[in-house]
Amino acid sequence: MNSHHFAPPRLSLRFFPIWQRHLLVWKKLAASSIIGHIADPMIYLLGLGYGLGSLLPQMGGTSYLVFLAAGTICYSTMNSASFEALYSGFSRMKEQRTWEAIMNTPVTLDDIVLAEMLWAASKSLLSGVTVLVAVWLLGLSHSPMLLWLAPLALMVGLCFAAMGLIVTALAPSYDFFMYYFTLVITPMMLLCGVFFPVEQLPPLWQNVSSALPLTHAVNIARPLMSGNAPPHALLHVAVLLGYALTGFYVSLVLFRRRLSQ
Amino acid sequence: MTTVLSAQNLHKSYAGQAVVDGVSISLNKGECFGLLGPNGAGKTTTLRLMLGLIEPDGGHLRLLGHAVPRHAREARLRVGVVPQVDNLDPDFTVAENLLVYGRYFGMKDSEIEARIPALLEFASLAHKKDVKIPTLSGGMKRRLTLARALVNDPEVLFLDEPTTGLDPQARHLIWQRLHELTVQGKTLLLTTHFMDEAERLCHRLAIMDNGRLISEGSPRDLIDRNIEPQVVEVFGERAAQWAKNHATRHAQRFEVSGESVFCYVTDAQPLLKELQRHPDLRYLHRPANLEDVFLKLTGREMRE
Repeated sequence: MNSHHFAPPRLSLRFFPIWQRHLLVWKKLAASSIIGHIADPMIYLLGLGYGLGSLLPQMGGTSYLVFLAAGTICYSTMNSASFEALYSGFSRMKEQRTWEAIMNTPVTLDDIVLAEMLWAASKSLLSGVTVLVAVWLLGLSHSPMLLWLAPLALMVGLCFAAMGLIVTALAPSYDFFMYYFTLVITPMMLLCGVFFPVEQLPPLWQNVSSALPLTHAVNIARPLMSGNAPPHALLHVAVLLGYALTGFYVSLVLFRRRLSQ
Repeated sequence: MTTVLSAQNLHKSYAGQAVVDGVSISLNKGECFGLLGPNGAGKTTTLRLMLGLIEPDGGHLRLLGHAVPRHAREARLRVGVVPQVDNLDPDFTVAENLLVYGRYFGMKDSEIEARIPALLEFASLAHKKDVKIPTLSGGMKRRLTLARALVNDPEVLFLDEPTTGLDPQARHLIWQRLHELTVQGKTLLLTTHFMDEAERLCHRLAIMDNGRLISEGSPRDLIDRNIEPQVVEVFGERAAQWAKNHATRHAQRFEVSGESVFCYVTDAQPLLKELQRHPDLRYLHRPANLEDVFLKLTGREMRE
């Protein structure tokens, strides 16, 4: 590893044409992509929400369905950004050599990685807004506080895009991503209060949970879903942004090393 | 003459292994310069250094008046690149590939769209404007990659093995286009391992091996300087035996490769007369070419 790999990111507005490129590809496949964005979270939300919800008492003053809706927004935005940063990012970096083509222009690797993160976060925003519309249509909540969930989705997207890019920078092939999903993403879904309150976990696991970014996302989303301002919102936002910025920098260093070979 | 690119004493090592080992090249405006070398000679790494995509371990580089890699971004604004492996966007049509690529140079959509018809014309792809990439042939993809490299109307073009993997028709069309570009005054730097390509297109060449430039000059210079002017190739089962007994007497130098013997001579007449006495041997008498120089300088062994 060379010292210039650790240089601070040199960002420029030249990232924007790359983001536009990703958007143009997405537009061509939009129909199937949107169906995926709606179908997956809806199946969980309605399946578990109605099925399990009918067996469960009220959760903190709301129905289980509303409780679960807040978790669903967070985990589906996490999934969108992760899939984009891992599978699609890897395909652009390696299989299709899209990055290589772009780096022969005045655009730099730093711009490319920034564009990847912002694009994956854009997909999260889209996915979050889709669930939000469903929540509104189902009549689960009509509070204007719901609108705050859109910037939250974007933030969760930035956080998980950045973390995912670290994995992409290290991945020898697509198979590698299974480890990340099995060992990081799935446990996070279970430990971070998506399906049940974190307080149900043994104390040790509660401590682990408090360090995980998804927990902080859920802690913001849940009060908003019930129309309340989330307590300690600044702390939770700081944790999410901390993960995003650190992840971005670490992934950039790793990409610089990988692509200088 | 204006110097478009100057590289002095470039060095780059990977894991202690020198890949580029003291390379100096300067390019004059409007010339086509060829970098020849076997696989693994360090040609692609040299190009990547010149574009500022990797940091050199030593040496100085200026491209279009900018210090590289520090100001590579500014230099690349006026550079076009044809990479060794196609990296067109498979999800886009031919025209969309040009549009999207032009945006990376900060060009406005209207500006790019105004250039697209001429670029497609140049690439003989006007009829394929709205076709998706996976349906194009290898030659069409290469031509589109060339058109894409011209989207910003660059002053310098870097071409990394532009015709590898193409059939003769496709190759000749690319050569014709590259020649047109030099006539327009563009500066070309191309790597290749096709000697006829280099001989035909390049004003000047350098032969590279093990990270070093081992000879440099015009194609004619290289031949005159490095090798005897005539070659007699002798084929046959007993060619090697014949060479051992007779070739030394009539040829300055000879090389045996399987059932072929390559005899290098200044005057071929005595050797040809000698060959008349061996009707079982077939032979070919021809002037020396760049491939002979290349094989002499880099050896006949495989590089894998």
